[in-house]
Amino acid sequence: MLQAGEWAYSETLKEHFMNPKNILQGEDTDAFDGVGMEGNLQCGDQMMVVIKVDKEKDTITDCQWKTYGCASAIASTSVLSEMVKGRTLDDAFHISPKEVALELGGLPDHKIHCSVLGDKALRAAINNYYTRNGQEDKVKQEQAKVICQCMNITDHDIEDAVLEGARTYFELQEHTKCGTVCGQCKDETEVLLEKYKHIHFGA
Amino acid sequence: MKVYFDHNATTPLHPEVKKEMIAAMEMFGNPSSMHAYGREARANVEDARRKVADFIGAQENEIIFVGSGSEANNTVLSLFVCSSSQCIPGSRRGTIITTKIEHPCVLETSECLAHQGVRVKYLNVDRYGKIDLDQLAGMLGDDVGLVSVMMANNEIGTLQDIEAITKMVHESGAYMHTDAVQAVGKVPVDVRKLGVDFLTISAHKIYGPKGVGALFVKHGTPYCPLIRGGHQERGRRAGTENTLGILGMGKAAEMRMNEMPEEEERLLLLKQVLKKGIEESIDDIAINGHPTDALASTLNVSFTGVEGEAILLYLDLEGIAVSTGSACASGSLDPSHVLLATGVDAELAHGSIRFSMGRESSMQEVEYLLNVLPPIIQRIRKMSTAYIKGGLHAASR
Repeated sequence: MLQAGEWAYSETLKEHFMNPKNILQGEDTDAFDGVGMEGNLQCGDQMMVVIKVDKEKDTITDCQWKTYGCASAIASTSVLSEMVKGRTLDDAFHISPKEVALELGGLPDHKIHCSVLGDKALRAAINNYYTRNGQEDKVKQEQAKVICQCMNITDHDIEDAVLEGARTYFELQEHTKCGTVCGQCKDETEVLLEKYKHIHFGA
Repeated sequence: MKVYFDHNATTPLHPEVKKEMIAAMEMFGNPSSMHAYGREARANVEDARRKVADFIGAQENEIIFVGSGSEANNTVLSLFVCSSSQCIPGSRRGTIITTKIEHPCVLETSECLAHQGVRVKYLNVDRYGKIDLDQLAGMLGDDVGLVSVMMANNEIGTLQDIEAITKMVHESGAYMHTDAVQAVGKVPVDVRKLGVDFLTISAHKIYGPKGVGALFVKHGTPYCPLIRGGHQERGRRAGTENTLGILGMGKAAEMRMNEMPEEEERLLLLKQVLKKGIEESIDDIAINGHPTDALASTLNVSFTGVEGEAILLYLDLEGIAVSTGSACASGSLDPSHVLLATGVDAELAHGSIRFSMGRESSMQEVEYLLNVLPPIIQRIRKMSTAYIKGGLHAASR
């Protein structure tokens, strides 16, 4: 008979969950150069990332965090905080959820959404640093674009639905109600669906 | 120390059940065969049926063995859409009433029926998980064919007054079903006293084997099989009988009948100690479920600012098995529909843990849990954004 298997998570993820790195101690963020927060408690995930920046070299020298969420949310912020140290701001800004997941030794599909918040919070922290240092021109807003006019569904909503498990146009409609009225956005939605499946799941 | 506090999910086999099932593994005959092998199997199946019937105060021919509690629930609800004259007339009484806190096998089947044209109404519950009898009275009418209300809730343990509900339902001319999977074996269940027409039982919740359940159908109640094509179970559930499972279920029912009476008081004490211990050692918590009308074995607690799966896995590392009301662990992003129905805030619902004890649970186990849990909660809270001043409020409210 088989013994109890390992968790649904990789050993790396388990290690980061058991011994998370770089947790922000206390509440004081004054010592940091940029602060970003994403997600909310109602949805079950919230992450805060704070960074210290070498202003000469534009590199991240320290990254700490707090996370409200499940094991993969905790582990993905922990691993992200290790990944960004020494990277340039521009480089760190472009870290994708896929890289985070890869660094963790993979994530179950339904947990991918947990790793998306960390990089979002990191980008918010970087933007916050730019704003504080008179470099507003460098702030990159992640503007959502409305795809389905009838139901007011944006590309971000579609991305979220893919991360939550939607793989077909029908499943996307079940998740978001996009294209359930006039249906004119179907082609554009299907292109985005394939794009996000490719970005997040390599499908 | 190993602690299993997830008895509402499933229970270990009772040692006596295990013994009987191991001995019965030599028995392979088909109960439908007329020869000695078949007759041996038949005798054991019927013996088990008698034990299950005795346990809930039913007659033997009112017990149908099925593959699971879910199958029993699906069978009862699906009866409703059958337009055969033998079944509950769907055309005239085209409405089903159920509650917002049922098991998914009832809720999803109801949803499916709604797509087939059945009108489904859902009863609200109060903050303790009790249904509103006035609301039920308002919903009942000559359009309602079936009412399905679970007896004990799996997540919060709240018990409904099935006897009173059944009276109301029968006065309106509808049939009454109760999913008693979590109640049977934990509180006394007598189908005659309750008055119900249908009642669902599952073997693996009462220290019996998985893959077998029973549906009580009161004599004279319209019925329609979900699985057709065989004379087994008097034509009410086709398929060769799961003889080993059925035999195990019979033994489990017999053992419960003996052990249950003295168990409730002991479990209630464990629960009180656990509840008090958590309240005294951990701030910012909420106890879910009814304070008195609830299973003695089930305690559901919400912890502010922590997500349930993280608690579950840190406890797993300490050898303690519990369950979470947060569905994050099971793949969906929505928090428990039961807790939301009782009005628990979504944030709190994400941080809920169900402790469900059973016949072997001990005070030592409760004490061990009370040693391990507070530091875990403290540790998770230290890394949680919910405990940053302004964090929670700035970002989400």
